[in-house]
Amino acid sequence: MSIDIELQLRRGDFSLDLSFCAPGSGITAVFGPSGCGKTTLLRAIAGLEPDAIGRVSVNDDIWQAPGTWVPTHRRAVGYVFQEASLFPHLTVRGNLDYALKRRRAAALSFEQVVSLLGVEPLLQRNTHKLSGGERQRVAIGRALLSSPQLLLMDEPLAALDSASKAEILPYLERLHESLALPIIYVSHAAAEVARLADHLLLLKDGRLAAEGPLAKVLGDMDTPLARTDEAFCIVGGEVESTQQALTTLRLGDQTLRLPPLDVQPKQRVRLRVYARDISLCLDRPTRSSILNILPAQVLDIDSGDGRGQCLVRLAVADAVLLARISEHSRRQLDLKTGDAVYAQIKAMALAR
Amino acid sequence: MLSAADLAALWLTLKLAGISTLILILAGTPLAWWLARSRWRYKAAIEAIIALPLVLPPTVLGFYLLIALGPQGPVGATLQQFGLPALSFTFTGLVIGSIIYSMPFVVQPLQYAFAAQGRRPLEVAATLGAAPLDRFLSVALPLARNGYLTAAVLGFAHTLGEFGVVLMIGGNIPGRTQVVSIAVYDHVEALEYAQAHWLSAVLLLLSFLLLLTVYSLNRRFSFVQP
Repeated sequence: MSIDIELQLRRGDFSLDLSFCAPGSGITAVFGPSGCGKTTLLRAIAGLEPDAIGRVSVNDDIWQAPGTWVPTHRRAVGYVFQEASLFPHLTVRGNLDYALKRRRAAALSFEQVVSLLGVEPLLQRNTHKLSGGERQRVAIGRALLSSPQLLLMDEPLAALDSASKAEILPYLERLHESLALPIIYVSHAAAEVARLADHLLLLKDGRLAAEGPLAKVLGDMDTPLARTDEAFCIVGGEVESTQQALTTLRLGDQTLRLPPLDVQPKQRVRLRVYARDISLCLDRPTRSSILNILPAQVLDIDSGDGRGQCLVRLAVADAVLLARISEHSRRQLDLKTGDAVYAQIKAMALAR
Repeated sequence: MLSAADLAALWLTLKLAGISTLILILAGTPLAWWLARSRWRYKAAIEAIIALPLVLPPTVLGFYLLIALGPQGPVGATLQQFGLPALSFTFTGLVIGSIIYSMPFVVQPLQYAFAAQGRRPLEVAATLGAAPLDRFLSVALPLARNGYLTAAVLGFAHTLGEFGVVLMIGGNIPGRTQVVSIAVYDHVEALEYAQAHWLSAVLLLLSFLLLLTVYSLNRRFSFVQP
C-alpha cells in the first residue's frame, strides 16, 4: 500500500522532475516556497496536466505509466482546491450529491461525511451564502463523497483568514484520525505541516529536496528548509495539565510549559519549535524567565553558512531539535558533538 | 388593423426567427465551446468571419448569398445537379440567410459565457468522476444559462429586424418570403401609413418585450460569485 510517483513536466523555464514513494495512509505534506511546483505536482497526480510524463500508481492502481493514461474522471482521486470551487448553480446538498451520484465505490456514507465535517446545518443553503471556512468544509466533504483512494489538498487553508483556518484545522485532524485515506497535502505554512503531516516532502525548484517521516526531515540539517530562518522542528507530547494559565506537556522524561492551549489532559499535541527560538547554555541557569530549560545532547554542528550563524542538532528527551546560534557563541561555549548542554525555549515561542 | 397579408408576414417572420434561432443555438453551442477553449493559432480568423455580419451592410451579405444560392451559384448549382430547386426566393433560403446574418448575436454570448467559467469548474467535475459530456451537461451548460438566454433573445430579435438580406435573397413573395420589415416598407411605398403604423407598432412592442425579458432575467439568474 503506497503511492508511487515519478513525474516530469516542462513548461517554459520551469521544469518539474521528481520521484518519490509516499505511504499508503496518513498525511504526506508537500512543503516548499511559492513557485516550487507543489500545485503542478498535485495537478499532475490528478491527471489535470496532460503534458506530464512518468508514472503514478496509488495502492496498486496504475493511473499513469508509459503507454497508459487514465483520464481524471476515472482516477479515484479527491481534489480540494485552494479556492473551494463549489458549483454556484447547486446548493450545498446539490454539490455533495454531485459527487455521490458519480462515485464508483461506496466508502463513506452521506451521513458520515456530513457529520465528520459538521455541514448538516448548511445543506439547504446556497453556496454563495457560506463563509470561507464553510465553503472549504463543503468542498472537502464533496471530495470525500467521491470515495477517493487518494485525497489531494492544495493549500486548502491558504485563502482563509486566521479565524477560518483555526475553524477548519480540527476537522482536518479528525479526518486524519478517523480515516485511513492517504492525503497529499500541499502547503507553505509551517503551522499546518507541523500539526497535520506524518510524512514530509520538501520541494525546491521542481525537484525533491528531502523526503521522509516528518520529524526526521525537519531534524535534518541538510535541507533547504533548515538553511532558512524558518527552520523548525516538532515535539510531540501528552498534555499533563492545563492549570495556572500554563499548559504542561510531557515530553519523554521531560516536561514543557507553554501558554494555555485549547486542549484536554491526556491529549497528544504537537508543537513546532523554531531553530531561532532555542538558545543553549552549559550550566543550568537559575532565576530565569525562561520556563523550559531541558537537558540536551549535541548531535551535530553545521557552521557552514558563512553568515556568522551555525545550526546545532540536539537530542532533547525523545525529540530531535535544531537550534540556531551565533558562530561567536559556539566558539565561546566551545561546543562539540557529544557535549551535554541545556536547551532553553521560551514558553511564549511554543505554538501549535 | 392588420390585414390577412400583414398577419401572414408576421407569422412568417416569427417562424423564420424561431427556426433560425433554434438552429443557431444548436449549431452555435459546439462552435462557441470550441472558440472558448481552443488555443488554435488561426482561431482569430474564424472569430472575425463570424463577426462579419456585425459590420457588413446586409445588402452586401445578401448579394453574396443570392449569388451562392441562385441556380448558377455554387450551392444552387450543386443542388440542381441532385434535382433540387435553388434556394433563392424560398423560405429555406431565408433561414440560411438569417442564420449567417444573426450568427454573431448567438455565438458571441455563448462563447463569452463559456470562457467566463474558466477551467476550474470542469476540473472539479472531472475529479468528482464526471466524464466529458457529463461535465458539459451538468456544469458548463447550467453555468452558461445567462449566455443562452441572451443568445436566444438577441438572435431572435435580430432576425425579426432583418431587411437587407431578405430583400436580396427572398424577394417579396407574400405568404412565402414576405417578412414584416418588408411588408412595412411596401405599405410606406404605397402610402398606406395606417397599416405601416400597426405593423411597426407590433414589431416595436415585441422587440421591447423580448429585450425586457433578457435584462430582467439576466439580473435574476446571475450567480453571485464570492
